[in-house]
Amino acid sequence: MKLSLNWLREFVDVDLPVPELARLLIDATAEVESWETIGAQWDAQRIRVAEVVAVEPHPNADRLRLVTVEAGHGRQQVVCGAPNVAVGQKIAFATEGAELVDGHTGERAKLKLRPIRGVESAGMVLSEKELGLSENHEGILVLRPEAPIGRPLVEELGDIVFDISTWANRADLLGVLGFARETAAITGKAMRQPALSHTQSAHKVADAITVEIEDPDLCRRFTASLIENVSIGPSPQWMQERLQKSGMRPINNVVDITNYVMLETGQPLHAFDYDLVRGKRIVARRAKQGEKLTTLDGVEREFDNEMLLICDGEGPVGIAGVMGGGNSEVSANTRNVLLEIANFRPGSIRRTSAYLKLRTEASLRFEKGLGMEMPEFAQHRALHLFEALTGGAVAAGLVDMYPGREPRKTVVVEAARIEQVLGIAVPTEDVRRILTDLGFVCHFVPPGKYSVQPPDWRPDIEIADDVIEDIGRIYGYDKLPTTMLRGVLPAPEVAPVRELRERVRDLAAALGFQETISYTLTDMARLKRMVPESDTLRSNPLGVVNPVAAQHAYLRTSLRPSLLETYALNRRNIDGALRVFEVGFEYLPIEADLPHEGTVLCAVLGGTRETRWAQAGGERLDFFDAKGAVESLLRGIGVKAAFAPRTEFGFLEGHTAEVRAGKEAVGVVGQVHPDHAAMFDIDEPVFLLELRVEDLVRHLPERPEYSAPSKFPEVRQDIALLVDAAVPAGRVLEIARSHRSGSISISAGLFDEYRGKGVPEGKKSLALRLHFQANDRTLTDGDVAKVQQGLVVRLSKELGAELRGS
Amino acid sequence: MSVEPSLEGLREEALAALASASNEAGLEQWRITFFGRQEGRMTALLRSIKDRRVDERATFGANANRLKQELEGALEAKQQDLKDAALKALSTDSAIDVTLPGRPQVLGRLHPVTQTMRDCLKAFGDMGFRVAEGPEVEWDRYNFDGVRIPEDHPARDMWDTIWVNTLIEGKRHMLLRTHTSPNQVRVLERTPAPPVRVVVPGKCYRQEATDATHEWMLTQIEGLAVDEGVRMTDLKGVLYEWSRQMFGSDRKIIFHHSYFPFVEPGVEMAIDCFICRGDGRACHTCHGTGWIEILGAGMVHPEIIETAGYDSSRVTGFAFGLGVERVALLRWGIEDIRNFYANDVRFLQQF
Repeated sequence: MKLSLNWLREFVDVDLPVPELARLLIDATAEVESWETIGAQWDAQRIRVAEVVAVEPHPNADRLRLVTVEAGHGRQQVVCGAPNVAVGQKIAFATEGAELVDGHTGERAKLKLRPIRGVESAGMVLSEKELGLSENHEGILVLRPEAPIGRPLVEELGDIVFDISTWANRADLLGVLGFARETAAITGKAMRQPALSHTQSAHKVADAITVEIEDPDLCRRFTASLIENVSIGPSPQWMQERLQKSGMRPINNVVDITNYVMLETGQPLHAFDYDLVRGKRIVARRAKQGEKLTTLDGVEREFDNEMLLICDGEGPVGIAGVMGGGNSEVSANTRNVLLEIANFRPGSIRRTSAYLKLRTEASLRFEKGLGMEMPEFAQHRALHLFEALTGGAVAAGLVDMYPGREPRKTVVVEAARIEQVLGIAVPTEDVRRILTDLGFVCHFVPPGKYSVQPPDWRPDIEIADDVIEDIGRIYGYDKLPTTMLRGVLPAPEVAPVRELRERVRDLAAALGFQETISYTLTDMARLKRMVPESDTLRSNPLGVVNPVAAQHAYLRTSLRPSLLETYALNRRNIDGALRVFEVGFEYLPIEADLPHEGTVLCAVLGGTRETRWAQAGGERLDFFDAKGAVESLLRGIGVKAAFAPRTEFGFLEGHTAEVRAGKEAVGVVGQVHPDHAAMFDIDEPVFLLELRVEDLVRHLPERPEYSAPSKFPEVRQDIALLVDAAVPAGRVLEIARSHRSGSISISAGLFDEYRGKGVPEGKKSLALRLHFQANDRTLTDGDVAKVQQGLVVRLSKELGAELRGS
Repeated sequence: MSVEPSLEGLREEALAALASASNEAGLEQWRITFFGRQEGRMTALLRSIKDRRVDERATFGANANRLKQELEGALEAKQQDLKDAALKALSTDSAIDVTLPGRPQVLGRLHPVTQTMRDCLKAFGDMGFRVAEGPEVEWDRYNFDGVRIPEDHPARDMWDTIWVNTLIEGKRHMLLRTHTSPNQVRVLERTPAPPVRVVVPGKCYRQEATDATHEWMLTQIEGLAVDEGVRMTDLKGVLYEWSRQMFGSDRKIIFHHSYFPFVEPGVEMAIDCFICRGDGRACHTCHGTGWIEILGAGMVHPEIIETAGYDSSRVTGFAFGLGVERVALLRWGIEDIRNFYANDVRFLQQF
């Protein structure tokens, strides 16, 4: 909404500095985004109001004329090319040195006078373009006839235009009067009303037109008036100027009046050419399915049967509350004007304009909810202007169909409620003043109650708290102190997945991975790089209807593509080791329900290991770095993990493992298949690990398994085992670690895996370090030998292992 | 009493030999020579005490033992000297260049949005707020209808919605939540009676073009406190404390009027500009106004309290919603919100 300060001042005195007024409005009323100063560049000394007193031909040029102006300090002659210059006009006159916009180049420059075709010129009569008001350079700007000669133009025409965004529930703030009322309430000044008076002819509107409302649920009130014998022509300069400042284009006096009254009151109006209204009858009814009308903008539009149309005796002439039809449009030939001002159900207008993708100044106002008394008020205001500006005769009376009439609302506001909501008591006199200034009728009912009637133009006021908001915002929220919440705390919310998720996040970072956050929407091609067709759940992600971009059309069902993309992106800038992770959701569709948002940790690493010296080349990170990260992470949360070879889409077989907790698969770790890595433009070995947090939660130990360190020394023993190459080392370790004999336990570690010389074909040698420990005594050599032998026998039986070198 | 000449000779010889020993090996050699268990000369000397005449034995024994102690002491001192010298050499001749880089240890970092989120949750947690999360993919009845934004309400324009392409009984109802407010309704729904005091963190989505200050994927924290006696001044107090935690203890806040269908009254909160401190007309952060808009808030609409099954004449509440990215932008002076999800590690690892 564009708001002219001059227009506002017509209804309320404002003498505050502009930034202060803006601040007050922001605090209490609406968001003032910015403001524009009109005339900021106009030199008060050099650009003034003058009157044209003579116009004569130029002796040397047909198109030019010599214009004599009275500028307050005597008459001066200037050369002027404007076709519209005429004696008696008040115009804007500039003298040498004034900063102006060049009418041809559009650049700002200081006026330098020189003879034009041999005749001296004392100054310049200005066009709108030269003043920077518009692009219009057709003719000179003509000021209002009453403009005082010699007055600096900046005083005559200068203005501030605020750009304000108003709230979705306040149609009244889409009118100057709404802001005048707010400004009056905030500053304590009185508000003036616009002129409404007009005379009425002997003709009666009711004889000229009948109005029927077939659908009173959508059309709550419809008023019509008739103005006869209008002279169509341009509206006066002051009106055009205000329309332009408000962002509207002047058309002609009739259309301009309807727009002007809308901008002033917030209530849209529509003017028909009365002589084009067939059957002298207006009907407000729902459209028939598929019914069509070509609207004022020349577009043929089709309607459904929930849209309200305004029709004449034969068919549609307008879309209610949105736009009129071309078939009844006011034109240069119009003699008689039928003026419609109505009230429609807001939701209906919104639906219609949304379905038709036609948002207009009218629909924006109707959809927010207008006062039911506004049509009548706006009629009188418009008729006042019609009489004054079109020369037309206003027919007597109004046709007023008002099926939606409701008794005036009364809202009871307990003084105690004000304190209950705001936290402070507002003095009774302030409550009354504020509400009265805003147009409420407010009665204080002792000992502590207000009986409040909201003004008609505030349908947003429904309950006491709505009134309390108005009291609070005008009284000033700066008067509220800060206090701290009191009372009982609610029980904590238990959220094991969230808690684990945050621990996992911390651990991943501690293990050297940089956290990243990717868009959760992706496209099918990216997703399918890491999701196989056979995974019917993940390869059928939820799509969105209106993605911000094509690459964000589907909710990801896997984090893997996100992380590989992040890896590739960073590889362009970073040498050496790269470790990135994300903890986020995969969105797994569920038939006819919201998707499951599964919490997943996904991490990718690759590149060369950090060394002390910054140099290229070096040892590459490999599978065991990824696996080590998984192991540390799981150790960090106390989950015992196991690993087993796994075939997984997008991973290199033989270099990929399933991560298990107990018997359950909780994730995967492995080398991304080079072909798949290449799809992300990654041309080096890259490793991915993924853990599903929800699955891990089930394996969290209630408390850590703990045993006191033994007081007795442990015995270390190294052994080498020969096993089939296919026997997983993990299995050997598993057996060794689980082996017990009486109170003696073994902890085992692997320190070498060897194949080749000295080891038979098809076999491998595993070197184990065993730690024997009893918690009740110091072990003897005999004890150790016995336990070790038992272990070797078991390994031999279960895995065919033999002790090497024995 | 004089020391026996044989003892004196041994003493001088031993001390001279000790003095000439220059390393551990020399000392060990010296020890064997004089204190070796079998052949050590001092050992032998001590062993010979018993061969002395009875009347000499006491004196000689005392002298010999004194010599033994002296020599042992001298050895110890010499050992200490050598150790000191070695350490000295370590700190001088073998001094390292401590300005050489350390051996790299891996260290990851949390995303700045995660860090800011946690700091916010901590601040609210300290004021008794529990954390309650809700789904990102939502029903329109929670995202809109439940927070008093029915279809055909112009307030729907305040949130440009990304809709999920799923039809339920021929109609679209599933969407990417445009704010965290739907979880207000979910929390109230599952809480049979007040008090409620939660913060709801999570991602939200808007169908809008991105620029330096707008992202289509964003992170919000919704706050909700519902109980008897919850006042707007409490809202102001809670947000004031949070502002001080996030932006410095000398922060000031103001409320101004705003509109959200689910609160009444509705306000927007601004903090005083800590960049220009209100005097910079060209300040990019506050645009010269001295105030930085930071979040929307208000008193929970009584209708929502009633829908939850609470008595709105006794129970009141406040709600607020803040953008985590915006807080992160402000606290670290980041100029472009698009940095957050571009995932450039060179950016991320600075936080």
